[in-house]
Order: sequence, then structure tokens, then C-alpha cells
Amino acid sequence: MNMDISIAKVCMLAGKIMLESGAETYRVEDTMNRIAVSYGLSNAQSYATPTGIIFSVDRVEKTNFIRISRRSTDLHKIAEVNSISRQLTGNELVLSEALLLLEEVDQAKLAFAGWIQVIAAAFVAGCFTIMFGGTWTDFIPALLTGGIGYAVMLWFAQLVETRFIAEFVAALVIGVLATFFIYNGMGAEMDKIIIGAVMPLVPGLHITNAVRDLMAGHLVAGVSKGVEAILTAFAIGAGIAVAFAIF
Amino acid sequence: MTIIAQLATSFVAAAGFGVLFNAPRRSLIKCGLVGMLGWILYYVLVDAGMEVVPATVLAAMLVAVLSHICARTFKTPIIIFVVSGIIPLVPGGIAYDAMLHYINNDYFTAVQLSAKVMLLSGGIAIGLMFSEVANQLIQRQIVGKIKYKKRS
Repeated sequence: MNMDISIAKVCMLAGKIMLESGAETYRVEDTMNRIAVSYGLSNAQSYATPTGIIFSVDRVEKTNFIRISRRSTDLHKIAEVNSISRQLTGNELVLSEALLLLEEVDQAKLAFAGWIQVIAAAFVAGCFTIMFGGTWTDFIPALLTGGIGYAVMLWFAQLVETRFIAEFVAALVIGVLATFFIYNGMGAEMDKIIIGAVMPLVPGLHITNAVRDLMAGHLVAGVSKGVEAILTAFAIGAGIAVAFAIF
Repeated sequence: MTIIAQLATSFVAAAGFGVLFNAPRRSLIKCGLVGMLGWILYYVLVDAGMEVVPATVLAAMLVAVLSHICARTFKTPIIIFVVSGIIPLVPGGIAYDAMLHYINNDYFTAVQLSAKVMLLSGGIAIGLMFSEVANQLIQRQIVGKIKYKKRS
């Protein structure tokens, strides 16, 4: 019985880290089931949604539940959990060691510091302006606008719990900066600068993930992710619209 | 000249998104390459006069195949390469544009753009699914043949 509890603990922790890092729900369920099967629990049941995981080691055993409240995208953690689960199923790791390793991954900080992310976001913004048909005169304004906008988003996300407010404020700043650059003769097309600059904020990944979950038959997860994506897009659109309304 | 600019910018954009999504350091360049190849296929197809949705489907299929190969050879989960590779194709810009038109009371354009977003993201998902299904079929074929040989 004690064994069952620690297997459940490892499965739940692995699932929790993966969901918090932005893995697809079917991958989370698959990983949890694989770990359970490798310890001989052939009837383990798992059900993951973007906001919680339900898991039991057998059909009529006690059911465990974890709530997921914080979600971001951290591919590094997904890769780490994946390699731990590979080692577990390959019998290269003992359960208690795996638990320690998973707790370490859970506590780990982001792989890239904030200022590196801001620089990356700046270059992403500049490059998207060129990719969507902008001219090179728009590159520098888009680079600055995107970088500052992302920095504002990161800073506000620390102050306020609600992520949509951070995105709204970032979009507002982007709109104001873009108009500022255009009025001062830097850059040619405002549309191109704004679209490039909002790309680091835009929920593109959520939209695609939602459709993939829907097609895989995970209707609850698909719909809730789709709504999250629509809310984010709304926050960004509203921020830009308010910036336009001011000027 | 435009092609070179597109190659360079899409590489930097895909690798930059790798940083934003905290991809493992050693896979950043591969993420950039996958994203670059997918975007260039899309760009060339659209430039040659193809509709946007089928071009997105084909580019997504290429991204998925490349990601499968990368995931297999480097033993990392496929999502790392798919996410950064797909980002240039994702209709984030159009989604934002649609929202802006909704807020400005221009529902006529807004609904058109939202339909396009749905079609494009559906296209990406179909492209990814196609190559996933193909991969499963190929694997089953190979595994089946090996089993058959062992038996005989």
C-alpha cells in the first residue's frame, strides 16, 4: 500500500510540473499512465485538464487531486520531466530518487533570466515586422517597442495576479510607443510595427494547442484553452485600442 | 535578397521564441532551423500564388516531420521543436487584428478575420496530425515487418 502511495505521488508531481509548464493534456495523461504501468499498475486512471489533475492507482482505489493555478510555458521543465520518466520506465531510477529529482525540477527557476527574455522578445518583434512584409526602416522601432512592451508585461505580471491585466498594460504601452515613433518620423508603417511588437505577447501557441486538444477528443481542455487564448487576444486588442483612443 | 532577409529573420524569430518559452539551451539552434525551414516553405508557396490555408497546412507538415526527426535523434520531447517551429505560421497577428476590429465596432471585417484565424489554426493542427498519423503508420509497418521476420 505504501508503494502505491509513492507511485501516485511521483505521477501527480510529474503531471503537475508538466501542466504548469504548458504541456498538452494528452501528453500529461500519457506520461502518468506510463509511469504507473511500469510499476505494474495496469488500471491506473488519470484525467488532466488545464486547471487540475485527477489520478487514482486503480479503478476503485482512493482518488488523488491536484489543482493547477499557475500556468506558463517552460519547455525546459517538460524536457527534464520527460527524461526522468524515461529513466523510471527503463528501470534506471528508484522511485524515491525520482521523487527527489522531480521536486528539484519543480523548485527550479526559469532557464533564462528576465533580461535575456526581454532581448529575445525585442529581436522576435523586429524580425516579425520584416517577415510580415515591413521594411527595414521599421526594424529598429519595432525592436524597441517589442522589447519595452515585453519588459512591461514581465514587470506587471509580478505586481498583479491577473495575467490579462499585464497583457493589457503591455499592449497599451506598445500602442503609445508605436504612435510616438511614427509621429517622430522613425518607421514607416504603424500597423507593421504594432503587429511585430505584439507577437511576443500573442497567444498563438494557445490557439493551436486548443485546436489540437479538440481534435484529439479532449473537449474540456480544448474549449478552456481556446477561451484563454480569446481572452488574451481581447486584452491585447483592447490595450492597443485604448492607446489609439488617447491620441 | 528578400529570401535571404526572410531566412535570417525567421531563424532569429523562431530561436527567440525558444528563449521566451525557456527551451533547453542546446536545442535553440535546432528550434531556429526548424522554424526557418517551415516559414520558408510557406513563404515560397504563398509567393508562387498558393492560397494561405493550404500553404500553412503543408508548412506545418514539414515542421512536424522535421520535429519528429529532431526528437528521435536528440531524444527530447517533440513539443520543444514543434512549438518554436510553428510560431511563425501561427495567426497571432491576425487574431490581434480581428480583436482590434471588434473593439472598433467593425464587425464585418472582424468576423472575416476570426474565420480566417480558425481556418489557419485548424490548418496547422491538421498538418501536425497528418504527419503524426503518417509517423505512426510507418512505425507500425516497420515494427510489424520485424516481428514477421522473427517469426519466420
